[in-house]
Amino acid sequence: MADRFPSPFEIEAPEGAEGWQDLYTYSSLFSQGRRDYEDSMFWFQDGVHWPTALRPWDATLYEYAITSLSQYNTRHLQVPPANGIDFRILNGYAYLTPVPAPEADIEARVANFMDRAGFYFMNWNDLYDKWMVKIRDLVKELEEIDFSPLPELESADDVVKSGAGVGSGWKIQADYHKLLDLALKLWQFHFEFLNLGYAAYLDFFGFCKQAWPNIPDLAIAKMVAGVEVDLFRPDEELKRLAHLAVDSGLAEAFATGDVEATCQVLKGSDAGTAWIASFQEAAEPWFNFSTGSGFYHSDKIWIENVEIPFDFIGNYITKLQAGEDLARPMEAIRAERDRIVNEYADLLATDEDREAFQGKLGLARVVFPYVENHNFYVEHWSHSVIWRKMRQLGELFVKEGFWEDANDIFFLKRTEVEDALFDYFHAWATPAPAAGPSHWPAEIERRRTIHNALSAWKPTPAMGVPPEVITEPFTVMLWGITTDSVSAWLGGGGGEDGELRGMSASPGVVEGPARVIFSPDQISEVQEGEILVAPLTAPSWAPIFGKIQATVTDTGGMMSHAAIVCREYGLPAVTGTGFATSTIKTGDRIRVDGSNGVVTIL
Amino acid sequence: MTTHIMWFEGYWDGLKAEVGGKAASLGEMTGAGLPVPPGFALATSAYRASRDAADLDATLARLLHGLDTDDTAMVSDRCGRIRTHIAEMPMDPEVEERLRQSYAELCRRSSSDDVPVAVRSSATSEDSPDASFAGEHDTYLWVRGADAVVDAVRRCWASLFTDRATCYRVEMGYEHRSVEMAVVVQKMVRPISAGVAFTLNPSDGDRSTIAIDSAWGFGEGVVSGEVTPDNFLVDKVLYEITRRKVATKEVEFCLNGSDAVHKVPLAGERAAAASLTDDQIKAIAQLARRAEKHYRCAQDIEWAVDADLADGENVVLLQSRPETVWSKKTANSPTGGANLDMMSSIVTTLMNPLNSRKS
Repeated sequence: MADRFPSPFEIEAPEGAEGWQDLYTYSSLFSQGRRDYEDSMFWFQDGVHWPTALRPWDATLYEYAITSLSQYNTRHLQVPPANGIDFRILNGYAYLTPVPAPEADIEARVANFMDRAGFYFMNWNDLYDKWMVKIRDLVKELEEIDFSPLPELESADDVVKSGAGVGSGWKIQADYHKLLDLALKLWQFHFEFLNLGYAAYLDFFGFCKQAWPNIPDLAIAKMVAGVEVDLFRPDEELKRLAHLAVDSGLAEAFATGDVEATCQVLKGSDAGTAWIASFQEAAEPWFNFSTGSGFYHSDKIWIENVEIPFDFIGNYITKLQAGEDLARPMEAIRAERDRIVNEYADLLATDEDREAFQGKLGLARVVFPYVENHNFYVEHWSHSVIWRKMRQLGELFVKEGFWEDANDIFFLKRTEVEDALFDYFHAWATPAPAAGPSHWPAEIERRRTIHNALSAWKPTPAMGVPPEVITEPFTVMLWGITTDSVSAWLGGGGGEDGELRGMSASPGVVEGPARVIFSPDQISEVQEGEILVAPLTAPSWAPIFGKIQATVTDTGGMMSHAAIVCREYGLPAVTGTGFATSTIKTGDRIRVDGSNGVVTIL
Repeated sequence: MTTHIMWFEGYWDGLKAEVGGKAASLGEMTGAGLPVPPGFALATSAYRASRDAADLDATLARLLHGLDTDDTAMVSDRCGRIRTHIAEMPMDPEVEERLRQSYAELCRRSSSDDVPVAVRSSATSEDSPDASFAGEHDTYLWVRGADAVVDAVRRCWASLFTDRATCYRVEMGYEHRSVEMAVVVQKMVRPISAGVAFTLNPSDGDRSTIAIDSAWGFGEGVVSGEVTPDNFLVDKVLYEITRRKVATKEVEFCLNGSDAVHKVPLAGERAAAASLTDDQIKAIAQLARRAEKHYRCAQDIEWAVDADLADGENVVLLQSRPETVWSKKTANSPTGGANLDMMSSIVTTLMNPLNSRKS
């Protein structure tokens, strides 16, 4: 077995992707100038958030997110052992490396961390309340951004006679800057709490592992997990709408499976009109829900693709008609959580231990709602609005002849959009022909070809020199990168023949036929009773969890969103297997042992 | 309890004097949700009725007249004749009818025409003059058929008159009428698999864990170490199987044609296959946990999966005793008495994240 992964400098561009570097910010690329540093680090592909090749503009949120994470570790909180996470893009894929804090700095960092993080833990609920206000304000500001075409003539009253002194051409550029500012601010907010949430959770986790060396990870997760969680709210809303449809005698309308036809029928009655109103009310914000990780403009969002929620609602209606109860048994869930806590507490040796246990559990439960819920507010809701606004801008350029499809805008880097916007502004102001229409179509085609070649490439899971032991807490928690998974990658596969190892993300053992899917668009291929095998799953896939027996993913840790949702829906899951989608074929019979993190091809 | 017969599940404290210590213990376990192999006790009233019906007192008076307890040959001869007499005397008709009915019921429960049973004496009370001879009373294993059961019960009764117990009573001047005996009739387990379980992890003392060792057939090989057993760890709270190590089991202890347990070599698929299903593993873990709660301390149990009983009730408890190794040590204490404040603890955790070692 090799003791290191290939150097990033040994990896060649896929055929047809030559020149791919042009698609990304120069600072996000591996470069000769930093080669010594880059070659000394351990880089892993972040398939939890960015499983596929990035398009140029989409890389913006990647860069904003990871840099904000780093900034909180280093400049805000001084997490004692961990500096930031450095990132690169190679062949279009996201690679990360945890940067440890210098040994000598740790002592000084501890004092700062205790002061700063301590303040957050002490005032968590107040600060979290403020966060909820901040995030809603931020979404509102995003919504106010408007990329309408520039007017033939500025308004006499609003622009000229008001003495504003600036016009629409300035405003549209300012709005683009504002969109970028808000996107970065969003990611600042995201990490205001997250690292601390994980730290408190880890502390409780560590206590449990010390008290009970064999305790299953998921038992710890179950003690902490919230009962009512915003991340599950979109699915709850689907169920509520399915109930409403059945109770209002509207079930028939959904029989066709066609949104237009269904809406036609619904509009024909008062009850149907009321149902549509209820749907629209739920949709903002709850259906700003992405079928992917939320990091790709190409992920489908429920509110913009209503056939997705309609289809799920239709399935729920069928279940209700078959007499199934869709309601989550809240009381039973609470009672079971209490039972688990009490039984473990009884197994402790001393009263001091029980007191410490209750204290740590208490803190973990205070911080955990953020860990569970932020995903909806940031990656789903806010990102949905960002993608919508960008598409509006893309559409504007389509009208101006810069390119053919609104989504082509994402083939531009974020700085290039600014350039194009200035081009448009200049052409409008003068007026004179813009350069864009003769510049961008060919360039976008070139980039599309490159991106297609990058998409066909299977990214190497890791590069560089792995550390002896992986200790960086967030790398383990969030990405599921452990000493074991690294050695499995070095071995080039799982353990024994036909066996894949990963994280025991959600318990239970089942056998069944595999359904391998690579993108959210394939969700509809999943059949009743199958085992879903995917690079990763999104929380918005929850409605099909009633259909499938288990989930296997290539990436993700105990706390990845897929793991949280699988536990909630009682679905066995193994995450972070590394090779599931490349090893397992649709139709293979597989056994998923979610309790032990093992997948076997039978 | 109907006349003379007490099924294990019908036991309550007040019956102890009537059914003896062994039956009481089996009854208590059954009542506590610790399923021992099913069976019933034939109460002391059955012995009294049969003894009186056969006028045993007269025979005893005749055979024990002038007994010289120092004359070993004489003691052996006279007591032997008493035992033969009891073993052959007719049972009280009502007792015999009840016994046969109950055996038939046990056969029905085991889906068998002639279920093999163990017939054991059950000493009645501790102040009974011959309580200290209880160990000498007889036990008959693999008894099949109603006639054989009736026969074994009489031989158990006869074991009241071992040479030593009889001499003791004569020397101490105790009445032979004062000794009585209850008999336990219990289904013999025909194990698909069997083994042991601890209500903690013997390798690290983790008290949230139940550790199960299991092999095909009878548990003898697991107990003696002649078989490398399958090993399973189960979480006590969620009943999740947290580790499974399936061994190649090279031998199996099973029953031969003459109801004796013998060792046969095992190879191929069966040797390599797990000797328990997941449902069975969980049932054993739950059984061990109930035993621990019932006896209020860590337990070391022997269990078997019985081939004759229905799924869901085929995991039976053979023995439960306190675990002795880890119970003497103090359990893992994460605080170790020194309770760190929350922030110091979080810093310590971040510096040494335990979860970097995936089990």
